Amino acid sequence: MPSPEGTIDLRGRDGRTRRRRLMNRLAEIIALLAALFAVAILAIVVWSVAKRGAAQLSVGFLTKDLPLFGQPGGGIAPLIVGSAILVGIAALIAVPVGVLIAIFTNEFASPKLRAGIQLVIDLMNGLPSIVIAIFVFGLLVYGHAQNGLAGSYGLAIVMLPLVTRATQEVLRLVPSSQREGALALGASRWRTVLGVVLPSALGGIVTGTVLAVARAVGETAPLLFVTSIYANTVQWDPRHALPNMPVQIFIWSESPDPADHERAWATALVLIVFVLITSLLARLALARTRRNMAR
Amino acid sequence: MSAVPAVERLRHGRRLRDWLGDRVLLGLTGLAALAAIVVMVAIVLKVFGASRLAFDKFGIAFLWGRTWDATHDVYGALPGLFGTAVTSLMALVIAVPLAIAIALFLSELAPRGVGGIVGALVETLAAVPSVVLGLWGILVLGPFAANHLEPWLHDTLGFIPLFSGTPQSSGIFIAGLILAIMVVPIVASICRELFLSVPRELEEGALALGATRWEMVKGVVLSSSRPGIAAAVILGLGRAIGEAIAVTQVIGAGWTIQWSLFSTGDTLASRIAGQYQGAVSKMQVSALFYLGAILLVIGLVTNFLAQLVVRRAVVRTGAD
Repeated sequence: MPSPEGTIDLRGRDGRTRRRRLMNRLAEIIALLAALFAVAILAIVVWSVAKRGAAQLSVGFLTKDLPLFGQPGGGIAPLIVGSAILVGIAALIAVPVGVLIAIFTNEFASPKLRAGIQLVIDLMNGLPSIVIAIFVFGLLVYGHAQNGLAGSYGLAIVMLPLVTRATQEVLRLVPSSQREGALALGASRWRTVLGVVLPSALGGIVTGTVLAVARAVGETAPLLFVTSIYANTVQWDPRHALPNMPVQIFIWSESPDPADHERAWATALVLIVFVLITSLLARLALARTRRNMAR
Repeated sequence: MSAVPAVERLRHGRRLRDWLGDRVLLGLTGLAALAAIVVMVAIVLKVFGASRLAFDKFGIAFLWGRTWDATHDVYGALPGLFGTAVTSLMALVIAVPLAIAIALFLSELAPRGVGGIVGALVETLAAVPSVVLGLWGILVLGPFAANHLEPWLHDTLGFIPLFSGTPQSSGIFIAGLILAIMVVPIVASICRELFLSVPRELEEGALALGATRWEMVKGVVLSSSRPGIAAAVILGLGRAIGEAIAVTQVIGAGWTIQWSLFSTGDTLASRIAGQYQGAVSKMQVSALFYLGAILLVIGLVTNFLAQLVVRRAVVRTGAD
């Protein structure tokens, strides 16, 4: 039944309304497809790594030394130990410094100073990691021998802005009534910060640290120039080049030998399982911390 | 009488400790902040300082030099600048519409539970290490693209120079795809936050006036978050320009300028990473640092711009 001239059909049967509805439906479908597409890419990547990596993975692969050039078999124990040492030292540097910076900007600095430091932290966060790589290379390794410490310094520069931002975010969530309460009771500034502010922010700091570790353990560029020529056995001394997972995956992925590709997949599986599990857990914990503290 | 001095002493001791504690904490935290600034300055000084040798020899003409000749020690950056521009533009062209659509799905369409899970998955995509994405790119995506995607593009759009070459399993095209995958989660998660922060009353007002959801999104959500979207795109661009490892794995290397997306090439970052065991002469190392200096400037400028855009947007909405 066509609507009479000059009235509006509230059931929306006229052409214009139908077109608007169609357009709306189309937009909704496109948005849904886009989201599905992104999830599908993640699934395909993870599935590829899992399928090809699992074929190679075994207890022996995790516990043996690296294969010598062209030899079959071998394992990645030196890579796991080396990556743990590199990231461990980086975290020992980045976490205290990052937390201290966050305390400074949040509890002490004037608004102007805070904005300035924030800009530096943001710029550091946006530095391409290859630039950090050549900086550390030029400063510490060029003309000297490769060493694990230089790699850790590079990773620490990657982690620092992440830890700082995560800490700032939770410090901001600590209600100022808590600080004022402590100060009103006669507690000094440093006691308030160490005794009241930091403990309630601790959960957020830990999850921020875990996220930064998850990011650093997969970073290849800062290690590529400073700890990429190493022995095939487990190394403990960071003053020498340390074998590590990301650089070895990179080297194996560039190799023409299919056996090296298999090793790259299996190493990638170990790496990605660690990264995905830690970052997923940290994200969940972070969401909980935010909810709890926002209450 | 003896109790009073004890209390006095106690009070005095506490005051001293608090005085000291406050200063020590302030000093330590201030020192840490100073350290961050020092590191940042040191990075700029070192990267520029080490490129001095190449800068003195080639000057600013390095930017449009086309050769990378290690035997005669003649270097130029143009092919790398070209590769960087093409790969990151391609990544943006693919990633930005996709990311905005994802962000709209997460903020406007999805039920809360679904949105939370899908949002976490999209962010997980950003957590995949670039070396793993590169491995996947060269061994899975590359062959797939060479056998299906590129021939199809070549057959349908081959008259455009961009799609004219012979399909290969490594090259600029694959690098652009991999970069797009890396840029999507960055832009999507920023845009989602933006869209969620659009005042509820504005959205409901538009709906109450009879707008469809899409018209509301177009007229209210997208238009009011335009500066934020610009900042997100700039940050995504910065990420694409600076990515070294995954691009090195898939781009196939080559210091040439070719219009076909299917040809191999190099970006500034991939050239640096690709020479990790190859740089011999002092001049070559310095030329690599020169490339790094260009990247550093681009990185600083893009981030600075993004900050500026965000800050201006905040100021404006605050003033409204």
